[in-house]
Amino acid sequence: MYIAVVFLPLLGSIIAGLFGRVIGDRASQVVTCTGLGLSALCAALIFQTVAIDGHSVTVPLLTWIKSGGLDVSWALRFDTLTAVMLIVVTFVSFMVHVYSIGYMSHDHSIPRFMSYLSLFTFAMLMLVTADNLVQMFFGWEGVGVASYLLIGFWYHKPSACAAAIKAFVVNRVGDFGFALGIFGTFFLFGTVGFDDIFAAAPSKAQTIVHFFGCDVNAITIVSLLLFVGAMGKSAQLGLHTWLPDAMEGPTPVSALIHAATMVTAGVFMVSRMSPLFEQSETALAVVTIIGAATAFFAATVGCVQNDIKRVIAYSTCSQLGYMFFAIGVSAYPAAIFHLFTHAFFKALLFLGAGSVIHAMSDEQDIRKMGGIGKHIKVTCALMWIGSLALAGIPPFAGHYSKDAILSAAWASGSTSGHIAFFLGMGAAFMTAFYSWRLLILVFHGKPRADDHVMGHVHESPLVMIIPLLVLAVGAVLSGAVGHDMFVGEENHEFWRAAIAILPDHTALASVEHVPDWVEHGPLVLAVSGIALAYLLYVVFPAVPSFLATNLRGLYLFALNKWYFDELYDFLFVRPAFKIGRGFWQGGDGALIDGVGPDGVAAAAKDIGRRVALLQSGYLYHYAFAMLIGIVAIVSWYAFMAH
Amino acid sequence: MENWHLLSWTTFLPLVGAALILAIRGDDQAVVARNARNVALLTSVVTFIVSLLIMVVFDPTQGGFQLKETARWMPGFGGAAGIGYAMGVDGISVWFVLLSTFLTPLCILSSVGAVEKRVKEYMVAFLVLETMMVGMFCALDLILFYLFFEAVLIPMYLIIGVWGGARRVYAAYKFFLYTLLGSVLMLVAMLAMYFEAGTTDIPSLMLHTFPIHLQTWLWLAFFASFAVKVPMWPVHTWLPDAHVEAPTAGSVILAGVLLKMGAYGFIRFSIPMLPVASADFTPLIYTLFIVAVIYTSLVALVQEDMKKLIAYSSIAHMGYVTAGLFSANPQGVEGALFQMLSHGVVSAALFLCVGVVYDRMHTREIARYGGLVDRMPRYALVFMIFTMASVGLPGTAGFVGEFLVLMGLFQSNTWVSAFAATGLVLGCTYMLYLYRRVIFGKLEREDLFSILDINAREIAIFAPLIAVTIWIGVYPSTVLGPMHASVDKLLHDYQAAQAAAHNLSIADR
Repeated sequence: MYIAVVFLPLLGSIIAGLFGRVIGDRASQVVTCTGLGLSALCAALIFQTVAIDGHSVTVPLLTWIKSGGLDVSWALRFDTLTAVMLIVVTFVSFMVHVYSIGYMSHDHSIPRFMSYLSLFTFAMLMLVTADNLVQMFFGWEGVGVASYLLIGFWYHKPSACAAAIKAFVVNRVGDFGFALGIFGTFFLFGTVGFDDIFAAAPSKAQTIVHFFGCDVNAITIVSLLLFVGAMGKSAQLGLHTWLPDAMEGPTPVSALIHAATMVTAGVFMVSRMSPLFEQSETALAVVTIIGAATAFFAATVGCVQNDIKRVIAYSTCSQLGYMFFAIGVSAYPAAIFHLFTHAFFKALLFLGAGSVIHAMSDEQDIRKMGGIGKHIKVTCALMWIGSLALAGIPPFAGHYSKDAILSAAWASGSTSGHIAFFLGMGAAFMTAFYSWRLLILVFHGKPRADDHVMGHVHESPLVMIIPLLVLAVGAVLSGAVGHDMFVGEENHEFWRAAIAILPDHTALASVEHVPDWVEHGPLVLAVSGIALAYLLYVVFPAVPSFLATNLRGLYLFALNKWYFDELYDFLFVRPAFKIGRGFWQGGDGALIDGVGPDGVAAAAKDIGRRVALLQSGYLYHYAFAMLIGIVAIVSWYAFMAH
Repeated sequence: MENWHLLSWTTFLPLVGAALILAIRGDDQAVVARNARNVALLTSVVTFIVSLLIMVVFDPTQGGFQLKETARWMPGFGGAAGIGYAMGVDGISVWFVLLSTFLTPLCILSSVGAVEKRVKEYMVAFLVLETMMVGMFCALDLILFYLFFEAVLIPMYLIIGVWGGARRVYAAYKFFLYTLLGSVLMLVAMLAMYFEAGTTDIPSLMLHTFPIHLQTWLWLAFFASFAVKVPMWPVHTWLPDAHVEAPTAGSVILAGVLLKMGAYGFIRFSIPMLPVASADFTPLIYTLFIVAVIYTSLVALVQEDMKKLIAYSSIAHMGYVTAGLFSANPQGVEGALFQMLSHGVVSAALFLCVGVVYDRMHTREIARYGGLVDRMPRYALVFMIFTMASVGLPGTAGFVGEFLVLMGLFQSNTWVSAFAATGLVLGCTYMLYLYRRVIFGKLEREDLFSILDINAREIAIFAPLIAVTIWIGVYPSTVLGPMHASVDKLLHDYQAAQAAAHNLSIADR
């Protein structure tokens, strides 16, 4: 069971990938979906054994890398944190697999798509079951590759290819930090296995090391390096630029990878490393600030985007920010709780958006939609559920997890926690606003699409609707059901050793004692956000364009995503090509070859030619030269003799 | 099986094959070519099998040289034994013997269809090359080593110069002169060693402690030769030219084995025999390495020729090897050795990938391709696997070496490791950019509409390479295991020498 949960998707992927053309589309779909279904079943059983009954398990598989003191093995580790992630990953992935049967039915390479999806799931499962940092890195890079392949799935589109490369490269920047973090961990602890690191972490809290030319607290620098990795994968401010572009991939991919699972890997990793992060206040503060800034930044951008998927993508980015600042105030359980509920409602929103795009003949611009709610009632209702959950309206799932995070941020009592609280509140307001902006523009009001498109608007087939319904159940219930387990009074009995929180980090423990305005604030803001969206887009529809014209600078700033892409293009991309060309033609060509081999060869030829001139062939030339020589020698001896 | 002279058999079997090929006579060129090819393939496969026997006999628990063979050769010169014929392998060199014998049959197989003129001579050149390569990795005598080391140049020079592309003569001369220039200095250093220590026996020389001032000069002389071979920046410019002009199989051997000769020299001579100088010059190595990684990666990014791009990437990858060797800790050294092997397999495979499309379209210009995945899905998969291995995806061979080297460097110097790790980002950029331009995109060029996917012969070439890439990526202990003892011994001696030199310098004061 423990092995099957991870390797069934790999098996499905290999069969569909290598023999897809032999066995056909249908068989590929059946194989991969069955693999995932069984895997999800195993995950449920494991959740029961590991999380509920409390039997953590580690399954050793094989030695991986052994060199000197470094000993890395392939092993599967199952504790509560892993069990929660298994549920999220396998269930959402299963739903996405089934949904893809309908969504991709007109595509030419169905087996390839199914194979990639399963491959991704395998890598993600390897990531969450990792027993050491290096194996986690394996899963980490594996999901990166799968994401690259899936974003670039429609390889005919140059934009998709560019987005795929961008996703991989930006992630690699994060991995650069992650890798250095692993090296630092090994340097510090002499091991990369989780158990040994966690056991030794408290004793190293005050260790000072000499890294990068300065003396720094060892745990802080290692934690921050690891966090850079998490920032890349989880699209945090600075390394977020790849996520919106990743929407070039097919919509099921966005739902699975860029909403529910892969992008949460960073949150998972930092939670997994909680015993390390807990030892460094500095690292936690940085995590808090970056998370809060991301939550706020992405929400502002989300308010003005016009592509249905990009709105949701920025929303994802923003929600990931919430998870990180929850971690920053040591409320790891709240972060994972939000990860858990977010997976359901965000996957629901993406797949719902997919259903809309499907209905609208591949139109993604919400300005060209409108009024389709009455044609696709089920999708409309499901999107409403997803949005209610996202905005944090009770009793939907997001309410429980988001409130827990905001309350914890306030309860932490630290400056960074309070900054995060206020930015988070602002983001909560904007979240509700952009969600209803999207709902109203897409489903309500007058149709803005042409008659031809509107004539084709149709509800999706059952194979796409059923996964949506399942996810909707999750979006409604997962919050209420999970609340006590994840963040309730007795949560440490659920998490046990999987998450470590220092006794004096009491943010989560004191969420029940926050002032009333903190407790109810998020809801009030969410409702006012909805109200504002209603006012602007239903009651006074002229106002948005009025605002956009009169606050043009601000509007363009948000619309162009704070100009991050332009900045990076200017700072890194173009210089890299320019310098590369300079090195190649100037450095290699002119300097090294010019002075080196070609220069020497040319000089040799030149000298040879000059020397050859002396050999004129005239006897009297030679005789004259001899005469000069004799005179020189004779005079030399004549003078030296005295 | 100790007395079976396995090393000599492995070394000289290809020469037997070459002799047989020379004996082939006939009027029909096609028949002669086919026979020559078959004999060469058979010989190289048999050689590979014999070399596998070495692994069977090899005792991984021992750190010293094994399967030793000695014969009197020039007893008149120096020492009691004189210059001798001495062969032997340890846990380090045995892998390079295997790498050479593993790649040669694949090269011969890959030249079917690609090489049509003077096939007989071409096959002879390859078999002679194999003998020289294997001999170099087995040689335990200074002079014998030098002979093999230099003799490798001759067949390679001919392969580039005769069967190469348009600028082949320029490239061949550049290759030959560049490498010869360094080697001459190495010969001087070898003579100096002989006069100092009175022997040419490599194991004895490893035990000899050279005076510190002499070590510096000897180290620099060896460095001149090995740095060109690796190649290290700034003496790397012969490599892109040589690769571009060489036929596919020539590039494969060049990247797969010949580049390893320099690094092998470092670990066989510089580090064990000149430990104090090696430690002193480590900052130099690190500096050149960092420049190489960033410089060549950026240059690779703007290349328009597929082979040139991969050639530049080779320089960056081989930089990891030298840096890892000089980090002088187990992870760094074993990582470097592993990287040599994985680079040997992966870059060889990448050159073969280029060869596949070159054979069909006769151009290596990246812009001439695009959208190949439509017509060549199998090829796209193969190319993807090796691209990923090249960017160091965990689970492939490329990861283990790079990761271990960086880890070793981090313990030696955090800054170097951090700069080196930028290679992670740059490396994936140019490889994915290449892949995108060749494989993805729209299939627009008319001459590509009828391009054929890889055939059974090509699958037979790639299958073993894929198997090895993934096998040693998932279970690298196969390779690392037999290395441990030899690397431990090397590092132990190295540290001891540092300590001794340290004590000596204190005593001087």
